[in-house]
Amino acid sequence: MATASTTTGFIRLLRALLIPFLALLAALLAGAVVMLLSGDDPLAAYSGLFQGAFGDGKSWARTIRKTVPFVLTGLSVALAFKVGLFNIGASGQFVIGSVFAVAVGINFDGLPAFIHLPLALVAGIAGGLLWGAIPGVLKVYTGAHEVIVTIMLNYVASLLGGWTVYAGGTQGQTPGPLWDRTAGAISETPDVLSSAQLPWLFGPPYRVHYGIFLALAAAVLIWWLIFKTPLGFEMRTVGHNMRAARYAGIRVNYTIILAMALAGGLAGLAGAIETLGLNHKFAPEFGGAVGFDGITVALLGQTHPFGVLLAAFMFGALDGGAAAMQFESGVPADIIQIIQALVLAFVAAPLIIRMIFRLRRQTHGDAGSAVSTSWSGP
Amino acid sequence: MTRSQPAAAHQPADAPPKLEVINITKLFPGVVANKEIDLALNKGEILALLGENGAGKSTLMNIIYGLYQPTEGQIQVDGRPVELHSPRDAIDLGIGMVHQHFQLVPVMSVVDNIMLGSESVDRGLLDRESVSAQIRELAERYNMPVDPNAIIEDLPVGVQQRVEILKALYRQADILILDEPTSVLTPQEIEGLFEVMELLRNQGKSIIFITHKLKEVLRVADRIAVLRRGEMVGEADPAAVSQQDLASLMVGRKVTLEVEKEPADAGEILLQLRDIEAFTDLGEHALRGVSLDVRAGEIVGVAGVQGNGQTELVEVITGLRQAAAGSVLISGQDMTNASPRRVTEEGAICHVPEDRHMYGMVDAYSVADNLVLSSYYKRPFSSGLTMNEQAIAQHAEELVARFDVRTPSVRNSGASLSGGNQQKMVVAREFGRPIRLLVAAQPTRGIDVGSIEFIHSQIVAKRDEGVAVLLVSYELDEIMALSDRIAVMFHGRISAVLPRRDATREQVGLLMAGAGAANEPASQ
Repeated sequence: MATASTTTGFIRLLRALLIPFLALLAALLAGAVVMLLSGDDPLAAYSGLFQGAFGDGKSWARTIRKTVPFVLTGLSVALAFKVGLFNIGASGQFVIGSVFAVAVGINFDGLPAFIHLPLALVAGIAGGLLWGAIPGVLKVYTGAHEVIVTIMLNYVASLLGGWTVYAGGTQGQTPGPLWDRTAGAISETPDVLSSAQLPWLFGPPYRVHYGIFLALAAAVLIWWLIFKTPLGFEMRTVGHNMRAARYAGIRVNYTIILAMALAGGLAGLAGAIETLGLNHKFAPEFGGAVGFDGITVALLGQTHPFGVLLAAFMFGALDGGAAAMQFESGVPADIIQIIQALVLAFVAAPLIIRMIFRLRRQTHGDAGSAVSTSWSGP
Repeated sequence: MTRSQPAAAHQPADAPPKLEVINITKLFPGVVANKEIDLALNKGEILALLGENGAGKSTLMNIIYGLYQPTEGQIQVDGRPVELHSPRDAIDLGIGMVHQHFQLVPVMSVVDNIMLGSESVDRGLLDRESVSAQIRELAERYNMPVDPNAIIEDLPVGVQQRVEILKALYRQADILILDEPTSVLTPQEIEGLFEVMELLRNQGKSIIFITHKLKEVLRVADRIAVLRRGEMVGEADPAAVSQQDLASLMVGRKVTLEVEKEPADAGEILLQLRDIEAFTDLGEHALRGVSLDVRAGEIVGVAGVQGNGQTELVEVITGLRQAAAGSVLISGQDMTNASPRRVTEEGAICHVPEDRHMYGMVDAYSVADNLVLSSYYKRPFSSGLTMNEQAIAQHAEELVARFDVRTPSVRNSGASLSGGNQQKMVVAREFGRPIRLLVAAQPTRGIDVGSIEFIHSQIVAKRDEGVAVLLVSYELDEIMALSDRIAVMFHGRISAVLPRRDATREQVGLLMAGAGAANEPASQ
């Protein structure tokens, strides 16, 4: 809360992260049981996972690279949560952000990089903003629930993204507007012009781009916005008690639309960074699975921006180490998805974790209750 | 009001009490909730348990109902020591409890709710027929008419409470614990409840009636026990004590129940309502042409039974609800359907809302943040871009001291405060800034005597500063004590406006029940 000093805030953050930490531990243990049941060696697997995530410079680079989009989609879901909204649409917002960014990135040849790159990033944010604002507007003016609308818009975004790069059919169907004419039958865009590419922090073979700084900056900015500004106060008030917010003179409708738009903007930025920094083009398979993982990351991070950073890093490490784990131990990388899903289950059901680890119920006002109240938005 | 007849002599002189609490102590971490409490409940008696919020009444009742285990002490039923590990044990011993917040399933029928947990089964199917018959019989016997097939959420609150009592009786309760049963009822429903309680008592049931309302205690109790800060501080005979004595016993110091105030010195009209029409969220016609003036330096009390349009009236004035027709003038400015922010800023209005948890505060916020809920965006609390935490904390420290809000620190959450202190927090925020018009809805709902006294004196102080005060209350006593003029609301209309000195309780009570409405011109 706004008046808490930074020290107590830090202690509260640590306390709030206890349950997520134990949830991760429980999920890893459950994953070990699954491996034992299927005759695999969990120790070898987790050792391989650890090597794959942190074993050498290239592993670290992979972990960081994978962390970046998780941070931004996690922030997207977390920000909406603070306003009592459930953004299931980070996936679609990610795709639209990618498409907007690539549309700017493959055009405007001759622009200097210091204009072209920011322009492409802003385009990605703008695409996400628009896509996020739609469910906000529909909620305010028609009462349509944002969960339903964002899920629907994920499909729309996915298909729309596919259409923009459609290679055209054998019967002469019109190709999509962003399709690379030199790509033949492959549905993808041309490469983003070098003036719009995010530069490498460490080039190949490490392939770490500057997106990590954008993600860190976004986390600090969102933290500042939520906890330090009057706008954040309004957002949190709407999230906690919409009636009290109206009573206090806060424009609830405006706040809801703004929050959904900003959430969309964050996911859009994630798409833009992946496109401009890593893929350098858009194709339907660069879809928004990372958007769905944003929900888990946000919950695991207790919807706090810095918690999201940690949670995203954990997910980045799990994803980064998965392939190495399969290579080292023969345990299929899919087990990592099982573990990630179990993390979500355990975070969403903290009572199970409290039972397993015999924790006493905390007094009211901890971050866990913030999560549960957000679920029951009108 | 008449005193009830003394308890029928169901209690043979030598028999043990129906329920006896012996030397009960209950410790919570850092708190002594109950300390060495002795209490006896006789057969066929209504025992009132009186105490302020946080005095330990609920803890004691939860021990008797098996929800808490006492740290020390013993409970006896019919002279035999008993162990209560759960409400199930209590029910088996004939103890029934009606909680302040009803434990009913809103979408289920009366009969389903009553048999929930002790379902009557016939060949594997629920036997609603025989249970319904039993309910009808009980309803008849105790004069609590209710349709067993009605759905709970369709029933008025008073009838829902009846269902709770019937549920306890269906489970053969001989001892009934009623936790603040009148807080949700209209005056008529309260009287009805008291009649039921007396009937139950006369048929040999024993009742513990928990409340903090003195008048009700004197009306219905056979004996009064007073708790203060976890200790039993005395017993009283309702025939021999006054409200004043009880209040002092409860609070532990002398309390003035009468509000001391000079005659009003009314000035210009600050709030002018003309022909206001408004609808509820469900589209019901809530306000039907309300016109009212409130002048600087006077308190206009809006009397009426809950649900006659008072809530909507306050919402229209404060910008929370659209008026379908009519006009709102505040200090001469047209504020009809202005935004809440504009009403607050330009109207210099402050609003103590009817339901503090729903509107007046954010439970999870600190006391400091709650105290800037309606001014967070202004200097010095906000510089436009960032909030100034230091200024917010300092502002909170000042208000907490000035309005005697008891909290360990301004960083504690609003939810952690007692009801009375939460209300003082809301009042502190609203009164703590320069205002011309005060709209106070139920400003003392559900809070203790000490806090009521304080808030009343603050309202009168605002009036004496020249603030125009519109007071909405469902407690007729509060209206009579504070108002300079009384406006009575009935069915969405102001049915009469009386100067306080000409108004009697009986007259206002009749108007509240709709007596004056018939005299209105038919054109309205």
